[in-house]
Amino acid sequence: MTTTTNALETFVKKATAVSAKVSEVGSLAEAFAYAVDLCDRKQACQLLVSGCELPLSGQGQALCDEKQTKVIAAPALAKKEFTAFAKLCKDKGFELIDSGMRSRLAGIDIGFTVCDLGIAETGSLVLDSSSEEVRLTTMIAEIHVAVLPKSRLRATSYEAEAEVLERMQGGPNYLAFITGASRTADIERVLALGVHGPLELHILLLEDK
Amino acid sequence: MQQAKTLAEYRSQCRQAMDDEFLRKAMDAFAVAYRTNRANAFADMNERELIAEIADAKDAAVSRLDELFAQFKAKAEQNGVHVHLARTAAEANEIIARIAREGGVKKIVKSKSMTAEETLLNHHLEADGYQVVETDLGEWIIQLRHEGPSHMVMPAIHLSRYQVADLFTDVTGQKQEVDIEKLVKVARRELRTHYATADMGISGANFAVVETGGIGLVTNEGNARLVTTLPRIHVALAGLDKLTPTLHDALRIIKALPRNATGQAITSYVTWITGANECAPGPEGRKEHHIVFLDNGRSALAKDPDFRQVLRCVRCGACANVCPVYRLVGGHKMGHIYIGAIGLLLTYFFHGRDKAKNLVQNCINCGACKQVCAAGIDLPRLIKEVHARIQDEEGHPLPSKLLGTVLANRKLFHTLLRTAKWGQKPIVDGKTGYLRHLPLIFGKDQDFRALPPVAEKPFRDRWEKLRPAVEHPKYRVALFSGCVQDFVYPEQLEAAVKVFAGHGAALEFPMGQSCCGLPVVMMGETGAARDVAAQNVTAIDPGSCDYIVTMCASCASHLKHAYPRILEDDPRMADKARRFADKVMDFSTFARDVLGVDEQDFASVSAHTKTAYHAPCHLCRGLGVTKAPRELLAKAGLDYVVADEEDVCCGFGGTFSMKFPEESKALLDKKLDNVKKTGATQLVTDCPGCVMQLRGGAQRRGDGIVVRHIAEALAERIKPR
Ligand code: SF4
Ligand code: SF4
Repeated sequence: MTTTTNALETFVKKATAVSAKVSEVGSLAEAFAYAVDLCDRKQACQLLVSGCELPLSGQGQALCDEKQTKVIAAPALAKKEFTAFAKLCKDKGFELIDSGMRSRLAGIDIGFTVCDLGIAETGSLVLDSSSEEVRLTTMIAEIHVAVLPKSRLRATSYEAEAEVLERMQGGPNYLAFITGASRTADIERVLALGVHGPLELHILLLEDK
Repeated sequence: MQQAKTLAEYRSQCRQAMDDEFLRKAMDAFAVAYRTNRANAFADMNERELIAEIADAKDAAVSRLDELFAQFKAKAEQNGVHVHLARTAAEANEIIARIAREGGVKKIVKSKSMTAEETLLNHHLEADGYQVVETDLGEWIIQLRHEGPSHMVMPAIHLSRYQVADLFTDVTGQKQEVDIEKLVKVARRELRTHYATADMGISGANFAVVETGGIGLVTNEGNARLVTTLPRIHVALAGLDKLTPTLHDALRIIKALPRNATGQAITSYVTWITGANECAPGPEGRKEHHIVFLDNGRSALAKDPDFRQVLRCVRCGACANVCPVYRLVGGHKMGHIYIGAIGLLLTYFFHGRDKAKNLVQNCINCGACKQVCAAGIDLPRLIKEVHARIQDEEGHPLPSKLLGTVLANRKLFHTLLRTAKWGQKPIVDGKTGYLRHLPLIFGKDQDFRALPPVAEKPFRDRWEKLRPAVEHPKYRVALFSGCVQDFVYPEQLEAAVKVFAGHGAALEFPMGQSCCGLPVVMMGETGAARDVAAQNVTAIDPGSCDYIVTMCASCASHLKHAYPRILEDDPRMADKARRFADKVMDFSTFARDVLGVDEQDFASVSAHTKTAYHAPCHLCRGLGVTKAPRELLAKAGLDYVVADEEDVCCGFGGTFSMKFPEESKALLDKKLDNVKKTGATQLVTDCPGCVMQLRGGAQRRGDGIVVRHIAEALAERIKPR
């Protein structure tokens, strides 16, 4: 018990240290509500933070102009859950999608995923992204909302190793360790978030005992 | 990209780089910040153990690269991957160009790969008419500027936000603000369009995991994920050294790599790609996935017992981050393509002698890189050995050969030193005791520090009178002076004798001893280094003493760590050299730990002398001695004040300061500035070479700081008996 509590504490500490926002949820429904609420509060012009308002070349500008209503992507949910989520979105006038990411490369507002494992020592998420839709969702979304069931938390990468390996050995596989938002320090070593992928990472720890 | 033809040309390029004010400032800030970040990142880990495990695992893998490659290939092919092996850089480029041609590719997006830099892949593809876009922010910036990287992890570290803003203004045709946050977002948008329209993505690989047949990529920006996902073809280019038997091996490296590179516990993304994954526009909805392995000298290197540990490198860049020379001249001058300490080595093995021969000389042998290397590579030693190898291949330059000949013959060497004493008479300044004008053998560029004259009477001639009689000796001690103390600073040895007195040490000064040989190692004269080592091991019989004590940190670390290796192939000497090395000890450790020199040995009233300390490279890193000297200062009632960057090199480096005087001077200035900030009136260190550099510099600058060997500072405080 104490080891799990410790792992949880460590996870929260490490993830927060790399500017992930960590919260707890009691159910998936709560997680959906969190995402919808976040999307709602995210001002329409928040999107501009990702570069659309800046002077761009003609080509870069064209890409920005494609963007209209707020969009949430949740590519790997079970049908029932997706329907429930979609209803919440509809009430707010958001679009919920689970495919077609390739036609949304300009960006979507929120990407919603359920992670396979967590690694406490580094505050990392393990997400099997073999599905191309999942992969793209976590790259083109401006905010990534990731649910991590607490039972999936492992203390170290070594402790997650066997489960990770099993996935890799079952045929083609694309798997990501995700820790915090996309970042760069390539200009004068000044840290800037969201250079290619999400500008924010929200982790929702799901009680699943 | 460094490709000077001669040492003089190289030196002048380094000088220019040092005049780049932005670069100097950026590098200074980085060097200081990095040290703290790294220390924090490793704070709750057993760093040494992790590094040793990585080194062992890498060595094991490197010893069977052929086999690992075959296994990886079989495994990856099961998952639909095309695996290629390129013997040379050109071959790798041709394979990739062929894949592009056969795939009807027009545009290529790339994520960062040092291996692709190594093969100059972009040049090749662009010459073939493909549009190639780098998507890592730093790589994109330098690609737009038509430059090579100046750091393996932060390729554009040499550029300022102003330069980037100007560059982006050109690229977008719109005026860009000088605001880093905004510039990053501009790149985000501009690059996004390229992913969408590229037909082929090229990545590197940090790992090729044999048990899964997949690759691992360690990145922060996330561009590698887009590069490997959106286009229908993905080519990964990896050095053969990236083959790692298990996932566990890779996870282990990941514990050290980001911590060592940027002080992060882990990067934002670690991406594992195993097999040909789902890809909508690909054939049958699958990615056309190729992995091209590059040999380019790696297999040969793996079979070279002297140098194969070079292949342990995980490309974290830390050896550049801590290198004082890198900090001064930047990456474009400290590497051909690969940069920093490892760059000096890889340039020789991957790009040839011609590109490496000047570079390898630009190492001051401070050992900072070795201390942080994620893979435990003995970088400074290997750099010297590459230098020696190049000289063996190309012929030894005259000064180097001469020095070798002279040093190998002790009598000749000592006669020359004694004669020098007469030669210098008219130019010794009666008041200061320094050489007033430098003798002709030193150029004007050595004038940044006053150089001391050769002493009236070397220590060896004073010894008979000095030798203390010890009634009931507890320890038999052989003093090893090194040439500087014997002939230039005999008073430092006299001071040491005074500090040791009354503690039961029976001192000997074996007359057959000579220079330790480090200067010839620095010049790449392996043969002479072996000769002097044998002479010293013969002159000081390890069977006849309990300790071999030296007041020179550089000698100590050379005698202790290099002798056993230098003499290991000599059956008459090998065993003796090991026993000799075991007995070698530095002054401070000997005084504090063996003799137990303590408060009561010193005058009881505090001296009220603000004293700063310079930690010699070969003491703090070479021998790992950090506490003993500082504690002795406190015990002696000296008011020890901590200066910034105490353990950064003073710039002496023996013969280095002759070859690269501008760099030596810059390091010296930095050091003295840091000491000055403390308000100290005395600067103490435990190496005569450092004393020579620091004292001469302080004199020239008129700093008014007294520079002393620690033995002198302590001797002055010893209570009269
Ligand atoms: S020994 Fe010092 S100067 Fe030489 S490469 Fe290493 S860090 Fe740089
Ligand atoms: S040599 Fe060592 S420190 Fe330098 S890049 Fe390689 S692993 Fe890192």
